[in-house]
Amino acid sequence: MIPAIAIDRLSKTFGTSAPALDKVCLSIQPGEMVALIGASGSGKSTLLRHIAGLIPGDSESGSITVCGMHVQSAGRIERQIRKVRRNIGFVFQQFNLVGRLSVMTNVLAGKLSEIPLWRSLPRVFTRNERSEALKALARVGMAERAHQRASTLSGGQQQRAAIARALVQGAKVICADEPIASLDPESARRVMEALSLINREDGTTVVVSLHQVGFALRYCGRVVALHLGRVVYDGPAEDLTTERLRGIYGSDSDLDFGDAEPNVAAPAIKRPMAGFQPAMAGAMG
Amino acid sequence: MRPANAISLADLEQPPRDTKKTLFYVLIYGIAFAILAWSWQGAEIRPLALIKDAGNMAEFGADFFPPNFHEWRYYLDEIIVTIHIAIWGTILAVIAAVPLGLLAAANIAPWWVHQPVRRLLDSFRAINEMVFAMLFVVSVGLGPFAGVMALFIHTTGTLAKLFSEAVEAIDPQPVEGIRATGANQLEEIAYGVIPQVMPLWISYTLYRFEANVRSASVVGMVGAGGIGVVLWEVIRGFQFSKTCAVLLMLIVTVSVVDLISARIRKLFI
Repeated sequence: MIPAIAIDRLSKTFGTSAPALDKVCLSIQPGEMVALIGASGSGKSTLLRHIAGLIPGDSESGSITVCGMHVQSAGRIERQIRKVRRNIGFVFQQFNLVGRLSVMTNVLAGKLSEIPLWRSLPRVFTRNERSEALKALARVGMAERAHQRASTLSGGQQQRAAIARALVQGAKVICADEPIASLDPESARRVMEALSLINREDGTTVVVSLHQVGFALRYCGRVVALHLGRVVYDGPAEDLTTERLRGIYGSDSDLDFGDAEPNVAAPAIKRPMAGFQPAMAGAMG
Repeated sequence: MRPANAISLADLEQPPRDTKKTLFYVLIYGIAFAILAWSWQGAEIRPLALIKDAGNMAEFGADFFPPNFHEWRYYLDEIIVTIHIAIWGTILAVIAAVPLGLLAAANIAPWWVHQPVRRLLDSFRAINEMVFAMLFVVSVGLGPFAGVMALFIHTTGTLAKLFSEAVEAIDPQPVEGIRATGANQLEEIAYGVIPQVMPLWISYTLYRFEANVRSASVVGMVGAGGIGVVLWEVIRGFQFSKTCAVLLMLIVTVSVVDLISARIRKLFI
């Protein structure tokens, strides 16, 4: 099977500082839901932005492919990157919606790579495209907000609209970069539910970087932990022991389990979460 | 009452006087005064003339009153032509300023595009609309069209610069959001950039339209149509009561245009 995401020896150095990513190799199978954890500055965001081809790696890096298509190799972003990006939905920490456009138009922007310029520039969308956008909004529980300006939404609502944009895009892979870091616990839960729903129902591969370990353990079958730009753990969520987490975040740090499921998250560390997401078990290597 | 832990000004230790700094300030003020004195001479400023020739001025002023509104229909027609000139001068400038403003923005175009475009816009701005009007009177003939062209070129220079500054101040994150969907660069601009700058662009355009109504009344003086032509005729003919009437009508027009555009601007912000 062609992996959804294949990363070969990706390195990235900003300026003269220590590498942000250091020979990262990662293979993610279609349909997986993977959490990317690690302390601030461990390279989570940088890694996700490389996968979408938003920044190029160092020249000695290997290649990154998404659904078998090259995103970049040896530090050069593919010429046909726009076609590749069509398969990659990106969900940003700051939502990155256009505040002055309606929620509907923001979601329809997911169609931009498919429609001709003469229709996209004057914002002419077909009835089908509009109903598809509405359906996507309905799936994330936002249908009634479709005609509001995006700037009038709360953070959690904006993030769900951003997920609807990725849905309309028909993305096979969704990269979510700290999607819940600026949200309150309830909004965060709803955003994670939306991502998890797409993963289960559509088989969309989801890679989500999270600051709160609790959410990672609750929603993702597989966890990849980064420390100083290196993969230090890659395996099932249930094998992540408190010891290992201390190693990832540093021994003196307070682990942030968030409010995902306070009554479950804490004990989950000691007791393996067997059978939590059985569908994922086969995909994990 | 003073709280116990408050610090009075006297308690704070004064920093030692910095002689270097003081000398520097003296030098700066010296240069500033020297420039003022020099330009006083160059501009031949003679405040005494205002007092000495006060009688002259009073006599001159008296000639303006009462204003002669006898030909007000003619003036009104010409004022309307003036507004027509301002409208078209502004509209053409907006159409040109949108692409030029985007090309002059450092966050949209590479340096080898935005630098030449900026220099071109500088040259549009450096030359006053009066000068452009004279040149266009020669090339396209006397009349309002020369005025339209003059305003068009000059306003393109200012609007495109203002537009590009608005574009450079946008939040890049929504643009990245659009880029991540696989959109091309034109779509990134149409969806990510334009919606963000739209309120500012409209505001700038309305300001320029107001300014252009004023400018259009002046370009007429060199024969480029509108009320300026009339103004020039009555001033040259020493018909000061008519001049007064024209000026009063101009003041009313400009105020009305300002009021209307202020209303429109509020709608968009």
